[in-house]
Amino acid sequence: MRFQLNDDQRALRGGVRELLAGRFGRDRMRACVADPSVDRRLWRELGAAGVFGLRLEEMGLAEAALVFEEAGRALLPGPLVATHLSAGVVDGAAEGEAVVAGCDGALVDHLPDADAVLWLDESGAFVVDPAELVTVELRSVDPMTPLNRVTVRPAEGRALPGAARLRREAVLLTAAQQCGIAGRTLESAVEYAGVRRQFGRAIGAFQAVKHLCADMLVRVEMARTAVHAAAVTGDPVETAAAKLLADEAAVRNSRDCLQIFAGTGFTWEADVHLHMKRAWLLSTRFAREGEIQDALASSLPAPGIW
Amino acid sequence: MDLAYTEEEEAFRAELRAWLTATVPTLAPRPDPADWPGRRAYDSTWQRMLYDAGYAGLHWPAEAGGRGATPTQHLIFLEETERAKAPYVGAHFVGLLHAGPTIAAEGTPQQRRRWLPPILRGDEVWCQGFSEPEAGSDLAALRTRAVRDGDSYVVTGSKIWTSHAEVADWCELLVRTDPEAPRHQGITWLAMPMNADGIKVRPLRTLAGSREFAEVFLDEVRVPVANRVGEENDGWRVTMVTLSFERGTAFAGEVIACQRTLREVAAMARRNGSWDDQTLRRRVGRLAAEFSVLWRLIQWNVSAAQDGTGVPGVGGSVFKLRYSQARQELYDTAAAVLGVEALDTSREWTVDRLSSLSYTIAAGTSQIQKNIVAERILGLPKGP
Ligand SMILES: Cc1cc2nc3c(=O)[nH]c(=O)nc-3n(C[C@H](O)[C@H](O)[C@H](O)COP(=O)(O)OP(=O)(O)OC[C@H]3O[C@@H](n4cnc5c(N)ncnc54)[C@H](O)[C@@H]3O)c2cc1C
Repeated sequence: MRFQLNDDQRALRGGVRELLAGRFGRDRMRACVADPSVDRRLWRELGAAGVFGLRLEEMGLAEAALVFEEAGRALLPGPLVATHLSAGVVDGAAEGEAVVAGCDGALVDHLPDADAVLWLDESGAFVVDPAELVTVELRSVDPMTPLNRVTVRPAEGRALPGAARLRREAVLLTAAQQCGIAGRTLESAVEYAGVRRQFGRAIGAFQAVKHLCADMLVRVEMARTAVHAAAVTGDPVETAAAKLLADEAAVRNSRDCLQIFAGTGFTWEADVHLHMKRAWLLSTRFAREGEIQDALASSLPAPGIW
Repeated sequence: MDLAYTEEEEAFRAELRAWLTATVPTLAPRPDPADWPGRRAYDSTWQRMLYDAGYAGLHWPAEAGGRGATPTQHLIFLEETERAKAPYVGAHFVGLLHAGPTIAAEGTPQQRRRWLPPILRGDEVWCQGFSEPEAGSDLAALRTRAVRDGDSYVVTGSKIWTSHAEVADWCELLVRTDPEAPRHQGITWLAMPMNADGIKVRPLRTLAGSREFAEVFLDEVRVPVANRVGEENDGWRVTMVTLSFERGTAFAGEVIACQRTLREVAAMARRNGSWDDQTLRRRVGRLAAEFSVLWRLIQWNVSAAQDGTGVPGVGGSVFKLRYSQARQELYDTAAAVLGVEALDTSREWTVDRLSSLSYTIAAGTSQIQKNIVAERILGLPKGP
């Protein structure tokens, strides 16, 4: 057993972080807030870097999870999970030539830009023509993610094999993004707590602030461990547990981060609301709190089985 | 990243499992929790069986009398003994998890020869005399005085919350040897024989009704200078070298036991109708996630230890914060399933619920753990 990142995985994580810092810096991120349509050039750059096709090239789910954690950390927009899962199934997805939006049966993201929709729910996995979907447009709370609510189920599209696996991976990669959000908001909070001064000292010297930060770290460590473990085992129960903990970490950490930034945090200019809104959105995607808890409860084996 | 165990690790597990399968059923029934001499005898018998089979001090280095096993093998040991429902370290907790490792790391060769073999064989029980009435979280405020007189220290003061003091042969004692020095620099670590003159042990009753710990009054107790581990006034460092042992894998077996209890709680809920309550079901589902991830966190920390990376004490603080809370929630949930039966202290879960309350207090309260995480991991400014 060696449950730690290996050298290749560490290098991959560092490489992706550097790539995103270069291609998707704060200015570009802020430009997406003003105009959330998918940036096709960026999409192709992500494709060329292997974000969508990496698992066609001998990399595993654990590596994909690391990449998606970085994507979450950088607030990278676009239907990342659906396009990634469509690599090798929808033409152009692996290369970032096609934008494949994801639909969990209730919501579809980035529909206006979608070349195809990957439909993933209990009934199976289908590739659907975006024109076939009957939807209502929402005024999305996440300014970088256009959302449409599906009102009529489409007549079945092209059914894909391995629906259960696809759904599990959608859950896991979404959880990985949430880890990124949880980690990023922790970093911002700690950094700000070290520089913002009140009552003659850094606010991070106040225990009330310190303990918020400590709680945030504990959530990050638990969520990240859960995601790594589920990525290694591929186990559906562990995957569900990872989503539960990662959603909680992302939502609560972004809230605590906002609390530490206080007035500044409540502004449109600060980034923390963007993390929080993305966390809210992702926490509803593919598996949500209540249904996960129900599933985990009913999966508990009878006592005495080991 | 790999969660699969190597062939060698699996071979170790198989050998251990075979031994446990043959051995555990031969054990006498567990003594009544109130029967301290009986508990000591039971725990010592088990420790002796481990010793004879070559499993005592498994992960201790060979020069300390251990087997030099890897952190992963040690984890397998903890996992398998729990799954076999073998006894826990019990009265040997301090000897095996703190005093012993401290002596192994900081003691002279003679000190190791004197104290380590009896710990490993289960012959001698240790207790930990750190906390005092005025020195709890702020351990460095301790005031128990030790004055050098020839080749002895003369020790006067009092300790409190000393677990197993009633049955201990030795006490790892922190004393103040230089009251003038800055607080952390005037402390010394001594091994005090519990049968020395001038020691009075007054058992304290816990909220669970049990006698787990005691007050220890010291009135001019003579402790040989030869019993000092480390230099005079260097006791704070000597202690901190191993304090992290308390927070590493110490709870690995318990996490597995909690998973078993959770399954039993769910089974009872299914039988008695409380499973129809969605809120309760969801609490159970939440806890299932919690304990399975806590186990993964242990594996993560153990792998870091095996690689020699990471700071053991630090991963331990994160773990302890979350585990202590999860354990309390587990028994609160068990109580919800038991209904009015939860008010009956003849119920095992009721007693466990009461003792779970100590988990956010003992070995560093949760508030202190948060200070540690914030200051040492996150680098926030130090508090008072
Ligand atoms: C079951 C059990 C077994 C034990 N066994 C042993 C043993 O064998 N040997 C031994 O030496 N000790 C033992 N202890 C003692 C234990 O280590 C102390 O209880 C613990 O360190 C807390 O000290 P205290 O009880 O004096 O609380 P205090 O330190 O007085 O704390 C009181 C409250 O104030 C908070 N607080 C204190 N300082 C701070 C701060 N800086 N920031 C924020 N909050 C703070 C605490 O979190 C707590 O809520 C045991 C305790 C228990 C419950």
